[in-house]
Amino acid sequence: MAYSAKVIDHYENPRNVGSLDAQDAAVGTGLVGAPACGDVMKLQIKVSDQGIIEDAKFKTFGCGSAIASSSLVTEWIKGKSLEEAGEIKNTTIAQHLSLPPVKIHCSMLAEDAIRAAIRDYKEKHPSA
Amino acid sequence: MIYLDYNASVPLRPCAKKAMLEAYDFEGNPSSPHFAGRKVRSLIDEARKSLVKGIHGQRLVFTSGGTEANALALSGLGEMPLVVSSVEHESVLKAHTNPCVAPVTAAGILDLVYLEKLLASFDTPGLLSLMLVNNETGVIQPLQDAVMIARKLGWKVHTDASQALGHIPLSFEELGVDMMTLSSHKCGGPTGVGALVLKEDIQLHPLIRGGGQEFGMRSGTLAAPLIVGFAAAALEVLSEREEQTNRLRELQKKVEDALPMARVYGKESPRAAHVLCLGMPGVSSELQLMSFDLKGIAISMGSACSSGKTKESHVLKGMGLSSEDVKCAIRMSMGWKTSEKDIDNFIKAWNEIFLSQQMKEAS
Amino acid sequence: MVTRPIYLDYQSTTPCDPRVLKVMLPYFTEEFGNPHSRSHAYGWKAEEAVDHAREQVAAILSADPREVIFTSGATEANNLAIKGVAHFYKDQKNHIITCSTEHKCVLDSCRHLEQEGFKVTYLPVKSNGLINLEDLRKAITNQTVLVSIMAVNNEIGVIQPLAEIGKICREAGVFFHTDAAQAVGKIPLDVNAMNIDLLSLSGHKLYGPKGVGALYVRRKPRVRLQALINGGGQERGMRSGTLSTPLCVGLGEACALAQTEMRAESIRLKALSARFYKAIQDSLEEVYLNGDADQRIPGNLNISFAHVEGEGLMMGIKELALSSGSACTSASLEPSYVLRALGVEVEMAHTSLRIGFGRFTTEEDVDTAAKMIIKEVGRLRDMSPLWEMSRQGIDIKSIQWAEH
Repeated sequence: MAYSAKVIDHYENPRNVGSLDAQDAAVGTGLVGAPACGDVMKLQIKVSDQGIIEDAKFKTFGCGSAIASSSLVTEWIKGKSLEEAGEIKNTTIAQHLSLPPVKIHCSMLAEDAIRAAIRDYKEKHPSA
Repeated sequence: MIYLDYNASVPLRPCAKKAMLEAYDFEGNPSSPHFAGRKVRSLIDEARKSLVKGIHGQRLVFTSGGTEANALALSGLGEMPLVVSSVEHESVLKAHTNPCVAPVTAAGILDLVYLEKLLASFDTPGLLSLMLVNNETGVIQPLQDAVMIARKLGWKVHTDASQALGHIPLSFEELGVDMMTLSSHKCGGPTGVGALVLKEDIQLHPLIRGGGQEFGMRSGTLAAPLIVGFAAAALEVLSEREEQTNRLRELQKKVEDALPMARVYGKESPRAAHVLCLGMPGVSSELQLMSFDLKGIAISMGSACSSGKTKESHVLKGMGLSSEDVKCAIRMSMGWKTSEKDIDNFIKAWNEIFLSQQMKEAS
Repeated sequence: MVTRPIYLDYQSTTPCDPRVLKVMLPYFTEEFGNPHSRSHAYGWKAEEAVDHAREQVAAILSADPREVIFTSGATEANNLAIKGVAHFYKDQKNHIITCSTEHKCVLDSCRHLEQEGFKVTYLPVKSNGLINLEDLRKAITNQTVLVSIMAVNNEIGVIQPLAEIGKICREAGVFFHTDAAQAVGKIPLDVNAMNIDLLSLSGHKLYGPKGVGALYVRRKPRVRLQALINGGGQERGMRSGTLSTPLCVGLGEACALAQTEMRAESIRLKALSARFYKAIQDSLEEVYLNGDADQRIPGNLNISFAHVEGEGLMMGIKELALSSGSACTSASLEPSYVLRALGVEVEMAHTSLRIGFGRFTTEEDVDTAAKMIIKEVGRLRDMSPLWEMSRQGIDIKSIQWAEH
């Protein structure tokens, strides 16, 4: 399978690998996928009082496209509001990385991961 | 030694050898996703593409040779009526347990009026398999007309074009057939590879199952060196066809003119230039073969596939020849290495064998 | 770091040995006769060469040359053996026994026969990849015509107990076919001592050319089969089509070389495998060998690297040509059915690599490959949420995963 240059770049130099303290009230954690399916993504966001994503970290178990998709979205969501981040579509990710049809599910997983992280944060802040 | 048995096997063309040697440098299974596999896969893809383009085909399934391609074509559509001509190669005649065999005229050609009646006599449409150029006589079948008849009645058509490639203009699209067999070593490529060209909408039940290669129609690891050798040879014969045909046509005519006592079978029909089926009155083919061999000339009795069984040619019998005449026929076939001098030697040898037999009979 | 690509996929295909190629080449060019042409010296020479090759193939199996049928490869040989026997004896018997870890072409042939009305038993394998002989004994009925069990598995390299299987089959009066594509030239085979009635082999798995293979078909007691490809009646009527003299010659030479060199080569490969596995184990935790540790060919390792996805790992070691499953299926996303049959968990199956060493693998290759894999597994584990959880002592199975 041939990977696009962008996938290779994110795979070789992943941005924002790591973990944030899941117990921190300012942190939202999304864990999506399943080991049995060959992809698991953990995406964490740190949200400021103003509702802006200050920091984002990921860890991914999966193929190069899965790693690249999660790396890419951590870059994209930083500095965005929760609402803006929640609007990122898998098609945009897939297009940006030129994912082949068999790898589209990686971009869908990345979209799910963002939403799961936002949901987790919102659950911690029911009033927000 | 003078080799005049091109229809049994054509010497490998240098371009094919070159392509193969390059391919043998690459390790890797074309089905593997890593770099080694991808490189081999790209060689195969390239060969497939150029071959398809060269013969104006659509889809192409690589096989182990013409025989397998014929077997796949004739069994792959499932149970349906099968009509074949009486002069087909044995791999077509025997591909099915019970084919309906359509006779040919004395000229070796399928009678189209008869064909239409025959096909119409079936309750359901089936498959017609009609070879393009006969391997023993070189006679060219009226395939395009047969296709029109078959289409009208809803039949599918397969053609074994093994002996046509490089010898007559060959366009899958123009012929209008659904399936076409090609053989690598009959055009100067390596043995062990062939192809079945298919219309896009044809999906065949595989004969050989497994990894699902070749659009699910033929499993087994593809042999890149053989495939690139095949493609290189095929493309060269296609590009040299006109020039080569003109050259061989003159040699064919030279033999016919020089041997007025020889019977030339299939002469009344459109014929390919590279083959001559010759009868030497009163002299058995076995004796001719031996005598030619002693003079260093390799020819044959007909098809080489009968595994040593010396049996009468079904092609000539199908054309209505008497057993007597069939027994006195030989096949000489020419190709890219054949020179005018080879042909002069053949003519000389033929005359000598014929004369010595005449003298024996006279004494 | 060395960047020369290293080939470690010897179970997928082997490069054609230059010595084999050298012997083949003249038959592509000068000696181009059709071996079935009986009327001239070109044909005779070709026939002689094919006969010699047939003897070489027979020799490595301790068989009679008349029992060797040339085919286009092991896939065709397996199809011919299974479908050919089933169809020939279909009026007497209708049951076939095979095993769940066979090569696709065996399984697919069997599935096709099921559609035609045959009954097929797929024996399970134990966690080491070997069949249970008691299961086999119990599965045989008076309707069983054929048992087809592979000699060596293509993914995990394990060697099935051929002699024992052969004995059971012979006593029960059932034909025994083995797909020995991965075994010929790697382990000693003797069709008589092992009571093998049919055996498939492939040229390109033993440093011979692609496009050729063979099927051994026993003459006494005679095994009969219905041909797949009819026509000129070559190969005793079991396989029509012009034989490719150079390919047959190449296969014969490959067998002859393998036979001579097998003993020394096995020792060398065993040492390379051990060296590699030790390097991996010394540096990485949670690596697991799939398939029996002893009953396996010396050049194969199949290793699960827990919490690192195989395809992602392959991308990081792209200078190494190896596979994360069978070559025929690794384009798909499904984890290996062979590993699944061993009872390897799906998530663990996703983390496996097949590493194959062979005739041209050097110690340096092995060291370089081990280093690259160790480095990349480390990097990816640092990036893996599953590794992180396992370090924190979280049981990954306790989590409610949303399978997609």
